[in-house]
Amino acid sequence: MATLPSYLYELQLGIEEKARSHYGLDMFKQVYELLDYKTMNEVAAYGGFPTRYPHWRFGMEYERLSKSYTYGLSKIYELVINNDPCYGYLLEGNSLVEQKLVMAHVCGHNDFFKNNYYFSKTNRRMIDEMANHATRVRRLMERFGVDKVESFIDVCLSIDNLIDPMSMYIRREPREGSEEVEEHSGPIRLKVASSYMERYINPPELFKGEEPKDPQAEPELEKPPKFPLRPERDVVKFLIEHAPLESWQRDVMEIVREEAYYFAPQGMTKIMNEGWAVYWHSKMMTRDLLDSSEIIDYADLNAGVLSGGFPFNPYKIGVELFRNIEERWDSGRFGKEWEECDDLAIKRSWDRQLGLGLEKIFQVRKIFNDVTFIDEFFTEDFCREQLFYAYGWNERSTHWEIQSRQFRQIKDQLLGMLTNFGNPFISVEDGNFENRGELLLSHRHEGTDLRVDWAQDTLVNVYRVWRRPVNLQSVFDETGKILRFDGKDHSEKTVETNN
Amino acid sequence: MSQKIDQDHSRFRKIVRGKIKQNLRKYISNGDLMGRQGKEKVSIPLPQIDIPRFRFGPRDQGGVGQGEGDVGDQLAPGEGEGGAGEAGDSPGEHVLEVDVSFEELAEILGEELELPRIEPRGTDRIVSQRLKYSSIRRTGPNSLRHFKRTYRTALKRQISMGAYNFDKPVIVPVPDDMRYRSWKVEPLPETNAVIVYMMDVSGSMGDEQKEIVRIESFWIDTWLRSQYDGLETRFLIHDATAKEVDRDTFFRTRESGGTMISSVYKLCAQIIEQEYPPSDWNIYPFHFSDGDNWSVDDTALCIRLLREKVLPAANVFCYGQVESPYGSGQFIKDLREHFNEEKDGVITSEIAGREAIVDSIKTFLGKGK
Repeated sequence: MATLPSYLYELQLGIEEKARSHYGLDMFKQVYELLDYKTMNEVAAYGGFPTRYPHWRFGMEYERLSKSYTYGLSKIYELVINNDPCYGYLLEGNSLVEQKLVMAHVCGHNDFFKNNYYFSKTNRRMIDEMANHATRVRRLMERFGVDKVESFIDVCLSIDNLIDPMSMYIRREPREGSEEVEEHSGPIRLKVASSYMERYINPPELFKGEEPKDPQAEPELEKPPKFPLRPERDVVKFLIEHAPLESWQRDVMEIVREEAYYFAPQGMTKIMNEGWAVYWHSKMMTRDLLDSSEIIDYADLNAGVLSGGFPFNPYKIGVELFRNIEERWDSGRFGKEWEECDDLAIKRSWDRQLGLGLEKIFQVRKIFNDVTFIDEFFTEDFCREQLFYAYGWNERSTHWEIQSRQFRQIKDQLLGMLTNFGNPFISVEDGNFENRGELLLSHRHEGTDLRVDWAQDTLVNVYRVWRRPVNLQSVFDETGKILRFDGKDHSEKTVETNN
Repeated sequence: MSQKIDQDHSRFRKIVRGKIKQNLRKYISNGDLMGRQGKEKVSIPLPQIDIPRFRFGPRDQGGVGQGEGDVGDQLAPGEGEGGAGEAGDSPGEHVLEVDVSFEELAEILGEELELPRIEPRGTDRIVSQRLKYSSIRRTGPNSLRHFKRTYRTALKRQISMGAYNFDKPVIVPVPDDMRYRSWKVEPLPETNAVIVYMMDVSGSMGDEQKEIVRIESFWIDTWLRSQYDGLETRFLIHDATAKEVDRDTFFRTRESGGTMISSVYKLCAQIIEQEYPPSDWNIYPFHFSDGDNWSVDDTALCIRLLREKVLPAANVFCYGQVESPYGSGQFIKDLREHFNEEKDGVITSEIAGREAIVDSIKTFLGKGK
């Protein structure tokens, strides 16, 4: 890895100075490395981190990236990771315009990492942490064998989307003593040392409603409390705590879980993060950085980044939304008065000259994530102006086709895709299913079925952790079903569901 | 510089290899790989190498896009950036395709079918020479001038003589600085092989039979290519008469005439005699037919031709009989009656259907000859 040559370093300082003092971006210290395309592909395969634990899937990703680069299908211009200092990688051999654009773009990401609320809980020393994970896994491999550890990593990765990303920001467990804890209402029967005292200590009139307890009767078999008490969204955590794992397996699973949580905010803010970066690179490029001879190259590059089409381009929708918000808050096109205005002519020429746009988008980048961002700012006007459509698969023509231009449908579709980053909601329902120590996972079905074969393969992996039969409750073809894997065979049965 | 990723990459390749090996019989019998061969590589589709997760089925999921168009308009796959939708009937389905070199594929085939390596005949006799431009000389023709070396020598000389001006870095080479590429002669042991494919294209050989031959010849090619430096293939078709054709025609032609196997053996013998002296070549005649021959006389002629002309020159002679609803399947019996596998080097195999291809390949190539 080479440090930056001086002309690039000076460029970097200039751009960052501009971003900080002129535009008010608030960034971590930025460190760039210049990489050749091979190393770039390597680092990209490792998800941006130069040191990760050994695993074949990184090799697979590397092969894919290298092949795609060789065939000229794709090229990684830049990579940036959420860390303090923030690391960015530049591709050696990029033209000067490209390097400028990338640096300006990275300023946006860096600012976003530092200021967006959803990144606030991430480990800012992840680059070291990843290296530590690598050391830990290597050590385990030396002790227990590469194949054994690697195949267990496969198992863990197979369920690493079953975490609860929101648990970083909210509290799911009720506080002790809060109202949610079910309290026994009314008087409590106290313990009595001698039976003759019963009448005085627990006067019968006080317990009129309740069945008198027959002291002679067999003590009623207490039903064990539900386990877990409430459905656990963080399936991985549940397994770490309750599955019969060896300590090295627990270690591996914790590593995988920690990394999954680290990457989660990036999935949560993909549209915003890219939109924000594009917003800033285009602003800085066109206002400050471009030489007149570079305009065409820049426009060409930018057009590539912002092409529309399907599936939607997060860069494009992100930046257009930010610009839309800026415009609306500049001209005062928000609030009750705006919403209630029915006169198109007035609406068209609406301009309150508030000039709040910039302030607003800075606020938005601080407290929103993709779901809330779209929910709040994806308006009908915006949808129409930007020519959004919802598409679907046409069985007959065996093609994707435009299915709707209805605002409601498009927005629902969009939100549906973003919710839980397109992962199904799956939680641990019962850790002692049928009172046989089996595991019951349940999928909250929201209109889309799971893929059965993948689900079955995943169950096989869950079985390897739980070591007792595992079950998944979901809905397939509008029938409630439980898929079960008992260590040898897959089976399924139909069940009543309430969703 | 070796990279950290290399280790992960080789683990991945190993897994790929294992998967191919595991599915090899399937790949062989459904003939999947042939449409995917390039010059040096085959692209192999591998389902389910990725880690399984609870995921939505792709087809149920629609999405949101941006652009012109009316409701009902088709969307071109791969339109716009990203373009994760794939063409065909499996949208968004991610089938991993890996490139595997023929060499590696042959190795996998060899391991899976436990094929012995072939010991070539006459290796020591066949030696050719190769020129390799790997050294540098002080004299030579201008066309071979090594610019970089010349420049370097001149630069070195000028600096050491103090003639180098840092402000005006002009390098002027003198004749003594000139460096030229030069060659070394390397002896190159060469083992060449020729496969002569012969096929009965008479009316009784249907499309399915030909497909079987095609699949089988692909794998035979792959294996023999890995065993010899230079591999040539010739294609002969016959009904009542024989002629030489190119590969495409070989698998496409369909005649309706009768069958005289002797005609093709004659042609084969002639080609070998004229072009492939057995002292320089490893010769593999493969004959595929449904086992019908015109007459007993012709069969007798075949036997004679084989014994006198073909067998003495060939490493082995392989006869594959593809089962067809029309053929009598008599010919294989005749061959077995007259020839001994060990003594005469005649290998026969009956191929009942696609599933039998694997075993048939093993029969043919499992002798290590």
